[in-house]
Amino acid sequence: MSKNTGRIIGISGNLIRVEFSESVIQNEVGYAVVGDTRLKAEIIRIQGSSAEMQVFEDTTGLSVNDPVEFTGEMLSVQLGPGLLTQIYDGLQNPLPALAAECGFFLQRGKYLDPLDRQKKWAFSPQAQKGDTVSAGDSLGTVPEGIFEHRIMVPFRLRGDYTVDVIQPEGEYTVDTVVATLKDERGETHDVTMVQTWPVKVPIQAYAERLRPTEPLITKVRIVDTLFPIARGGTYCVPGPFGAGKTVLQQITSRHAEVDVVIIAACGERAGEVVETLREFPELTDPRTGKSLMERTLIICNTSSMPVAAREASVYTAVTIAEYYRQMGLNVLLLADSTSRWAQALREVSGRLEEIPGEEAFPAYLESVIAAFYERGGVVKLRDGSVGSVTIGGTVSPAGGNFEEPVTQSTLKVVGAFHGLSRERSDARRYPAIAPLDSWSKYDSVVNDEDVALARKSLRDGNEINQMMKVVGEEGTSIDDFVIYMKAEYIDAVYLQQDAFNDVDAATDAERQEYVFGRIMKIVRTPMSFEDKEATRRFFQSLTQVTKDWNRVKMDDSGFKELEERIEKMISEVTDYA
Amino acid sequence: MHKVYTQLDRIAGNVISLVAEDVTYGELALVQSDQGSSLSQVIRIEGNRVFLQVFAGGRGISTGAEVRFLGRVMQVPFSEALLGRIFDGSGDPRDRGPAITQNMIPIGGPSVNPAKRIIPRNMVRTGIPMIDVFNTLVESQKLPIFSIAGEPYNDLLARIALQAEVDVIILGGMGLKHDDYLTFRDTLEEQGALSRTVMFIHTAADPTVECLLVPDVSLAVAEQFALQGKRVLVLLTDMTNFSDALKEIAITMEQIPATRGYPGDLYSQLASRYEKAVDFEGAGSITLLAVTTMPGDDVTHPVPDNTGYITEGQFYLRNGRIEPFGSLSRLKQLVNSKTREDHRAIMTVMIQLFASYRETLEKQSMGFRMSAWDSKLLKYGQRFETEMMDLSVNIPLEKALDLGWSILADCFDPEETGAPSKLIEKFWPNDHSQETQKEESQEVASV
Repeated sequence: MSKNTGRIIGISGNLIRVEFSESVIQNEVGYAVVGDTRLKAEIIRIQGSSAEMQVFEDTTGLSVNDPVEFTGEMLSVQLGPGLLTQIYDGLQNPLPALAAECGFFLQRGKYLDPLDRQKKWAFSPQAQKGDTVSAGDSLGTVPEGIFEHRIMVPFRLRGDYTVDVIQPEGEYTVDTVVATLKDERGETHDVTMVQTWPVKVPIQAYAERLRPTEPLITKVRIVDTLFPIARGGTYCVPGPFGAGKTVLQQITSRHAEVDVVIIAACGERAGEVVETLREFPELTDPRTGKSLMERTLIICNTSSMPVAAREASVYTAVTIAEYYRQMGLNVLLLADSTSRWAQALREVSGRLEEIPGEEAFPAYLESVIAAFYERGGVVKLRDGSVGSVTIGGTVSPAGGNFEEPVTQSTLKVVGAFHGLSRERSDARRYPAIAPLDSWSKYDSVVNDEDVALARKSLRDGNEINQMMKVVGEEGTSIDDFVIYMKAEYIDAVYLQQDAFNDVDAATDAERQEYVFGRIMKIVRTPMSFEDKEATRRFFQSLTQVTKDWNRVKMDDSGFKELEERIEKMISEVTDYA
Repeated sequence: MHKVYTQLDRIAGNVISLVAEDVTYGELALVQSDQGSSLSQVIRIEGNRVFLQVFAGGRGISTGAEVRFLGRVMQVPFSEALLGRIFDGSGDPRDRGPAITQNMIPIGGPSVNPAKRIIPRNMVRTGIPMIDVFNTLVESQKLPIFSIAGEPYNDLLARIALQAEVDVIILGGMGLKHDDYLTFRDTLEEQGALSRTVMFIHTAADPTVECLLVPDVSLAVAEQFALQGKRVLVLLTDMTNFSDALKEIAITMEQIPATRGYPGDLYSQLASRYEKAVDFEGAGSITLLAVTTMPGDDVTHPVPDNTGYITEGQFYLRNGRIEPFGSLSRLKQLVNSKTREDHRAIMTVMIQLFASYRETLEKQSMGFRMSAWDSKLLKYGQRFETEMMDLSVNIPLEKALDLGWSILADCFDPEETGAPSKLIEKFWPNDHSQETQKEESQEVASV
């Protein structure tokens, strides 16, 4: 650590102005010292011999002339075995350890080691002495829960290296030197199980980036069928408050078919994180039979925690996601909410007295958002394996109006848009993804023809409904009315899902294909009814039965029975003319 | 030793500035001039220039006023003796009781470690069906009451204060009309609830800065009670006044406004207060209900909008009733499965039918013919409005659920409700429909 120190010359909220004499780096981390407390801060602007730094903590008690110690390093995270199952704040402080030490409340200026330094990991070497390796290549592995955690050549090393020494199989702590590498000039570099990486720089130690094509199954029917997500793709979920953004993300984090889930709770309610935190260890992952927590990592910087750390938290999360991607794993990063992160940018920008853009957001908002989402993607690693980072961000637009800067900047760079609507959530139609406004550029799990028909039905149904509001039910022809009821039926039994029913909450791809095909067949069936009242009654009971069908497991005997009952009901009204 | 400064070089609104040494950020200072004395707080330091926010406002301060830095942050007394007392935003007594100065605690303390939080698990019973049945209030929940000026929001708060099953009530009033303050005081006193209540009141006539202190002071005291194992209910009214005070200070400080003049950190400011709601494992809890008036009934106004993103749901108060649409308790799912098995079903079914009733009303107002289904809905809607929604209804949850079934049975056939068949078998009042039919036929006969 360099001895470079500066002194405070101004304080405004969490922004301090620091005078320095030696050289400093943009985005360098420094510690403001008040008494025996050291407060972490980051340089965000430099002018002449003074730098403006955002402090990641409450600045109460700081005064002019207090020293600031510069570290010579940019804001970084530690990467190594033991990250999974952890709960970190935005600066990678382990919160459970902090709670054990400080009790109920967070303590200012308390920074703990993100990784357990005492724990021993069973290392098995992969590389051999004399091998030529470069950044990101695996030297060996340690088992971390359900994964083989690769110990890789540090990403910061450029060029080719020769393995000089490699430790034999054995139990080591993370700080043990497991390999020594020699560069072209003969200099040696020690490699431990931990490496640090600056959070704002993407990790690029891979062979090539691929196009995201494989669907990522979330088991949410409306998503997988109508608005699919691809592994390595990006999507956003904007919606007014109370439309169910967070619940949707929670459901996704539970059921998504990926290896690792990273949840970045950024400036949102603490209570929501707690649900994940307390429930995940109890839930089993159907794919592995182990606790869901084993594949999960939570970065948690809730709304009452310091604002500047909120901005850091999304970067911390995406950097860790990229790290696991480098092991050939599929990672899903859920950021809730990117608007809070944008607001943190706005607060800092305001304090810096920068010329504001729209709604006082800084002019660089768009490029910052684009750069963040661009860190998602599928990559082919040098050993041929494929890893991916999928990013799903919620957006909380002011007033629920999507025409605001954060939503608009996000829409430009994502591959799928799941717009939540207040109307649907008010009508308790969950998940409240608006079927007519949302879109996706990725491939669906069901066949395109059926999807196109479903879209058409929903659109037609909506038009008829609008018309009916003007001319009334009596002014609507019975044929139109049937179209409308069919659209309502698709909505009720397929698009809506009961998150509290174990079976209905998660529908896998196979079942989606089967059920969706069946429902579309019903939609295609011409039907005749005596009058509208009879139509309504028929669809009410059909909906009821189909909903019951949704709640039965596919291999249950009840599944076939209910299906037959549905078929019988349909055959009674089929118009064979 | 604390030096005394007597050279103010700027007075703008409630903010004064002077040149001073060795001042720490956030520290308090006493400003004394001929017009009286007031506390103030350091809100910005630029070299040796210090900016202070004067709690009593800038009016009457002379450039030669004495400023003495106190070397401490804002504090408030805490003891059992607070119960039954009324204070202003600075913690000075507003009733005729003595000032309390022992056991001072700082306000606006650090936030709770998320890893130490637990999943809320207890319902707070209020005896109001629109809350208990449809949007259950849960211990440690934070909920705003969205309302327009003129709605009886303070009456609702007072009723909740009287009926809610909690140990301590902290009432924080911001920009309260003096009449409203007196109403609160008298209502709580008459019904004998004052002895478990602490009030921090800022009235519309008091200095703006004190308004900003009310939530912090209230929540700091609430936190102490909660740590002692008490279940505390904090009632704040009205957070829009609080936000407007924030706006006033931000503009005076020449901050760039974000939307409609409000500062860019409005969300964080509100969140740091609301997030104080907590359930301490092994100790008590803080539940928070806050009135947010919506200027022009516009929920997209920055204050209700930001609030909605922070809180765990919201109650809409409209036409003197808690409106079922838009009102939402996000935590209700955590408790309503443990109350009675039909709670969730009644909640969903009744609201869905009520939504259809609203649609029918719309159709009716446009002069469309009413189908048989429509007439059923109309009957249902009217009963629902008078027997469930009316704010004067005060019945326990179980009675309210029974009432729900009897209203449904009176208006519909079982399969029309969409309720799960199992529950219908168990709870549907079997003879009810016949009875009603009889009654109806009798009515017809008597006509």
